[in-house]
Amino acid sequence: MTAHAPAQEHAPDHPTPGTYAKIGLVLFVLTALEVGLYEFTFGDHAGPLGHQIEPFFIPLLLALSAVKFALVAMYYMHLKNDSKLFSGVFVFPLIIAAVVIAAMIALMAYHWAFARSG
Amino acid sequence: MSDHAHALETSTGLDSRKLAIWTFIGSECMFFATLISNYLVNKGRSLVGPFAHEPWTDPATGKVLEPIIEIPLVTVGTALLLFSSLFVVLALYGAQKGNRKMLLGWLAATLLCGMFFVGMQVYEFTHFVHKGLTLQRNMFGASFFILTGFHGTHVTIGVIWLATMFYLALRRKLPPERSLNLEMAALYWHFVDVVWIVIFPVVYLIR
Amino acid sequence: MATTALDQRHAPAAAHGEKTGLWSWITTVDHKRIGILYGSTAFFFFLLGGLEALLIRVQLARADNNFIDPDTYNQLFTMHGTTMIFLGIMPLSSMFFNFMIPLLIGARDVAFPRLNAFSYWVFLLGGLFLNASFLFGAAPDTGWYGYANLTSRQFSPGPNVDFWNMGLQILGVASLAAAVNFFVTIVNMRAPGMTMMRMPMFVWMSFITQVLLLLAFPVIAVALILLMFDRFFGTHYFVPAGGGDPLLWQHFFWIFGHPEVYILILPAFGIISEVLPVFSRKPLFGYAAMVFSGVFIAFLGFGVWSHHMFTTGMGPIADTFFSLSTMLIAIPTGVKIFNWMGTMWYGSLQFRTPMYFAVGFIAMFIIGGLSGVMHAPPPADLQQNDTYFIVAHFHYVMFGGSIFGLVAGGYYWWPKMFGRMLDERLGKLHFWLMLIGFNLTFFPMHFVGLNGMPRRTYTYPKELGFEMLNQIETVGSFILGLSFLVFLINIIKTSRLPRNAPADPWNGATLEWTIPSPPQEWNFDKAPSVQGRDPLWELKRLNGGPLPEPPLTSGAGIHLPNPSYWPLISAIGVTSLFVAIMMLPKWGPAGIVVAVALLFFGIYNWLFEKGYSEFRTPSHGGH
Repeated sequence: MTAHAPAQEHAPDHPTPGTYAKIGLVLFVLTALEVGLYEFTFGDHAGPLGHQIEPFFIPLLLALSAVKFALVAMYYMHLKNDSKLFSGVFVFPLIIAAVVIAAMIALMAYHWAFARSG
Repeated sequence: MSDHAHALETSTGLDSRKLAIWTFIGSECMFFATLISNYLVNKGRSLVGPFAHEPWTDPATGKVLEPIIEIPLVTVGTALLLFSSLFVVLALYGAQKGNRKMLLGWLAATLLCGMFFVGMQVYEFTHFVHKGLTLQRNMFGASFFILTGFHGTHVTIGVIWLATMFYLALRRKLPPERSLNLEMAALYWHFVDVVWIVIFPVVYLIR
Repeated sequence: MATTALDQRHAPAAAHGEKTGLWSWITTVDHKRIGILYGSTAFFFFLLGGLEALLIRVQLARADNNFIDPDTYNQLFTMHGTTMIFLGIMPLSSMFFNFMIPLLIGARDVAFPRLNAFSYWVFLLGGLFLNASFLFGAAPDTGWYGYANLTSRQFSPGPNVDFWNMGLQILGVASLAAAVNFFVTIVNMRAPGMTMMRMPMFVWMSFITQVLLLLAFPVIAVALILLMFDRFFGTHYFVPAGGGDPLLWQHFFWIFGHPEVYILILPAFGIISEVLPVFSRKPLFGYAAMVFSGVFIAFLGFGVWSHHMFTTGMGPIADTFFSLSTMLIAIPTGVKIFNWMGTMWYGSLQFRTPMYFAVGFIAMFIIGGLSGVMHAPPPADLQQNDTYFIVAHFHYVMFGGSIFGLVAGGYYWWPKMFGRMLDERLGKLHFWLMLIGFNLTFFPMHFVGLNGMPRRTYTYPKELGFEMLNQIETVGSFILGLSFLVFLINIIKTSRLPRNAPADPWNGATLEWTIPSPPQEWNFDKAPSVQGRDPLWELKRLNGGPLPEPPLTSGAGIHLPNPSYWPLISAIGVTSLFVAIMMLPKWGPAGIVVAVALLFFGIYNWLFEKGYSEFRTPSHGGH
């Protein structure tokens, strides 16, 4: 990439306050869905259907959170309209972070399951 | 604020300060990844209660300790934090357009939400301690308090940062040319929100 | 008023040039001065670490020796390791990051000059804090990786571990701040035409190092916080009785620790990639492969950490995975070795002092790499771990690798930094003494290690038959010490010479050799325009021969950032915060409140510093 590009002003398709507010509403709804999913599966009034959902609870929940995460990152943090460099600087550590979290869970779970005492 | 590293002369055309805050945020991802790992590996490792989602009977006394997590309160806090992200974006929009009323109004709203969130956390912590959950009590207490405690500390620092921006805006020192300063604070604030977006389900909703 | 491509857009304030004197050093934000500060401080700590090593070697020279008692011995090897890594190699690398990166990319300074100064002051204070522990007779004594639960309050009741904990946190702040700074500098402040794939290799390797720093240091910061909470607040993260597990420490530590060793070697790789082409009169062989192998090493470096834990019984799946990834990471390293040899192949080799150390580096690093690969299979590592075989390995890569590389850089860039050429004869004497001393010290360790001599043990019985080789090692270590004495003599002798080194004493390829030695305060009069790699060779080729000596200029119209003491104040704030945390039992929260107030005072004044955006014009040509 050659050097000395001129200063980047606002991207042409800059979101409006209206768009931001809509995203805010979506975020609120997604949060309500997360809590709703929890109540549906484990809540005091959870029925037999909630029980059937249980194996899918974590993936569904994490999917909802991932959408919220992406919305805040892409719109509020402006990554969608900004230079891809910022996205790279954010996403690369996220990948390493995810790998580390997954590895730690796997390693420690194995350790505690099979470690011999003494 | 130093104007040394402004956008005109950079290899990428991007402002160095904005790149710096993103780089810092990237680094912070690893900080919270380690704390979240610590929480997740220690799940189910508590020798005694109280537990997050299940009751626990003390074998010595027969006393039952209720599950600690209370969804309604933390949901309110989560919503507050989410809306605060919206508010700070609107404040930034006002700053960039030179709309001082918009800037001040939405920044004040952001600060209120942020302070309420911290207040909620403080209340939640004292409430949990009352119910018998401390750092020392069990692995749930240890890993819960350190993760949410450090997140709360980050929120507090964000509140102080944004309050400084609010003060600058009051003193008319936040014109559109200087809006990057608010943008940096806002990016930090969004990051803190995004970390909570992960913590909320992982800690409070996953059993 | 002449404007240049590097001018900022602000009117110059009253001129006050870069003076001499203590205050000018305390308030400097000039990357070159900060580089010299890093280098001299680091060299001092390096000698301190060397002294600790010599004491260890004296103790080990005889079986059943009692020159040093066991507790003192534990402090010596812990501080030797911690000092050499965090106060030696890393800040010596920082010296070159600071002085050379802006010059190599054609910039006036780093992206955030005051943040740069802040990093130095935090490093200095952290190093002093760590060594202040000696004054209390409580230097860290649990090894440089501080394994739990030896570090628990139960088994380490004194403040030794807390000094280590807080010291590393302070140093971590310095490293993180600098990493942000250099990352942004390299991405954003390159001269026109210098794309990422035209950057000098030292800049590339440094860039990758900054990424590793940014991703690895937060992990150890958390691990140290957890340790602190266990020791101060009675949590049980690493305490089995409370539901915790000491193994968790090992994982978190090595997730940091393994990238850390790449942080320690990559800058040296970069230096060698600068020195070899110049002294082979040939461009670096396989530039792209060197870049991608560096990136691959960094990325994979996050996937090998548990090879430090083969003896903890992780199970066959984990063992196999980490064993494979460890063997895999040898490949990109091998690529580099072959490319260095390819650089020298059919080159016109100039055996000046920097080249001696560069070639020595390759040989020593190969040996270190080979012993490293020997640890990669877990069954072999079961025999080798915690023995002197491992000590041999890491000294071959850390000393034979990093130190040889850093010394090569020292001799290579000395004329640019100080305007004087180091003496060639003393340089070569330094090299031979260092090579012989180094190998005498560390090669026998392969043998005593495989024969069972354990690490971190203050003595050994005569019957085990380790004594003769240990004596040789001790003799070797003193020869090594002597070699640095020769280096010191060279430095002192050279400092007495007039400052008249040419701009380009080595027939260099890169931008730093286009400006006077030492550079004027603003580095480049005009931003250089770059059309390819090895820009100076290209310029000389177009010129049909060597370029004329660049004249000293007045620097009129060039704007530079003002000096400031707020980075120092803020650094004191950071340090006092960690001191206050350590003294929590004694001082209570009051200490932390005061420290935080000082920190905020420093930061706010820094951010709102009046007159900072007014730049000054250097007088007296900036020398």
